[in-house]
Amino acid sequence: MDYITTVLVKNGLIVAFLVTGLLMIAAEYLSKILTNKKIPGSAIAIFSGLVLAYFAGVATGGSKGIADIKVLSGFELMGGAMFRDFTIVSTAMGVSFGIIKKTGLAGVVSLLVGVVLSFFAGALIAIAMGYHDAASITTIGAGACTFVVGPVTGTAVGAGSDVVAISIAAGVVKSILVTIGTPLMARFIGLNTPQSAMIYGGLMGTTSGVAAGLAATNPKLVPYGAMTATFYTGLGCLLCPSALFLLVKVFFA
Amino acid sequence: MLIRGVALLAACYVIGQLIGETLGRLLHIDANVGGVGFAMLLLILSQNWLEQRGRFHLEMQEGVLFWSKMYLPVIVAMSATQNAKLALSSGLVALLAGVVPVFVCLAIMPLIAKLNPKPE
Repeated sequence: MDYITTVLVKNGLIVAFLVTGLLMIAAEYLSKILTNKKIPGSAIAIFSGLVLAYFAGVATGGSKGIADIKVLSGFELMGGAMFRDFTIVSTAMGVSFGIIKKTGLAGVVSLLVGVVLSFFAGALIAIAMGYHDAASITTIGAGACTFVVGPVTGTAVGAGSDVVAISIAAGVVKSILVTIGTPLMARFIGLNTPQSAMIYGGLMGTTSGVAAGLAATNPKLVPYGAMTATFYTGLGCLLCPSALFLLVKVFFA
Repeated sequence: MLIRGVALLAACYVIGQLIGETLGRLLHIDANVGGVGFAMLLLILSQNWLEQRGRFHLEMQEGVLFWSKMYLPVIVAMSATQNAKLALSSGLVALLAGVVPVFVCLAIMPLIAKLNPKPE
């Protein structure tokens, strides 16, 4: 039986294509018979992906979801940053340049507001939960931006590794919440135009969360949201360890 | 040819990534600044440029379209590789610091939407 495992591992990416396909067929079927297509199959597929990742994490003790299961290791490549970014870029074909130019100002404002507001919300929670040194407060605030900004900032300001771990976890929580929450909240926040998607991407910033959330809401909005969200992590890495850290230091020496 | 479309997409992707990394280095931060965004802009602009010259053929478009349709499966695969256990088991600080900012930003969204010129 060992040779079967070997074949599956050797062809990991193709196995990932197959398993993802089966998962999406099942999700489409569930959407039809359980919800009468009220919840889109894509949303069910993304959510089941997260659930599978959780159980795989519990079973294997690893950090890469089902990619930690040997025969499914191809998921690391298929679900990794390269394929994600490559396919996101491809969605830009047919995007209206006019809309991007017109929403440019609101997009930039939403990026700045998104980073600063998330940072302070996270920092205030850190303070309320008993952290009183500038490095820890800044790192947890940065984690509230995305799970990349947190560790980058933590390293730069010299935070402890336990605090860095919390900041990563906060970013992952945010990304998962945005993934699940976007289709549910879209109606209430007017998320139905390319313009609003650009603002949403700038405010939320987690590229994976925004991209997955919009995909489950309305695939036409994906490129617009991803366009602004992709600048968020860079902006966060720029502001958190510098200006925002200095600001926190004024109050917590 | 199909591969021309894929190659165009790949070129935009690589150049965008390089711009993002270079920008990150210039700003002295350890991150890619907008690499995906630049790549998307390049794709939009080069598509326009090729169309104006009548060189953007249907088959070329299909080479890009395939990948944009693979987008959703890739996102499903991505969610299946998230560290969901860490997110659920990491304690109250991480949970609150992940959840509260999302709602704070949602609350502010209508204000920023007002900056948009009204669609006529």
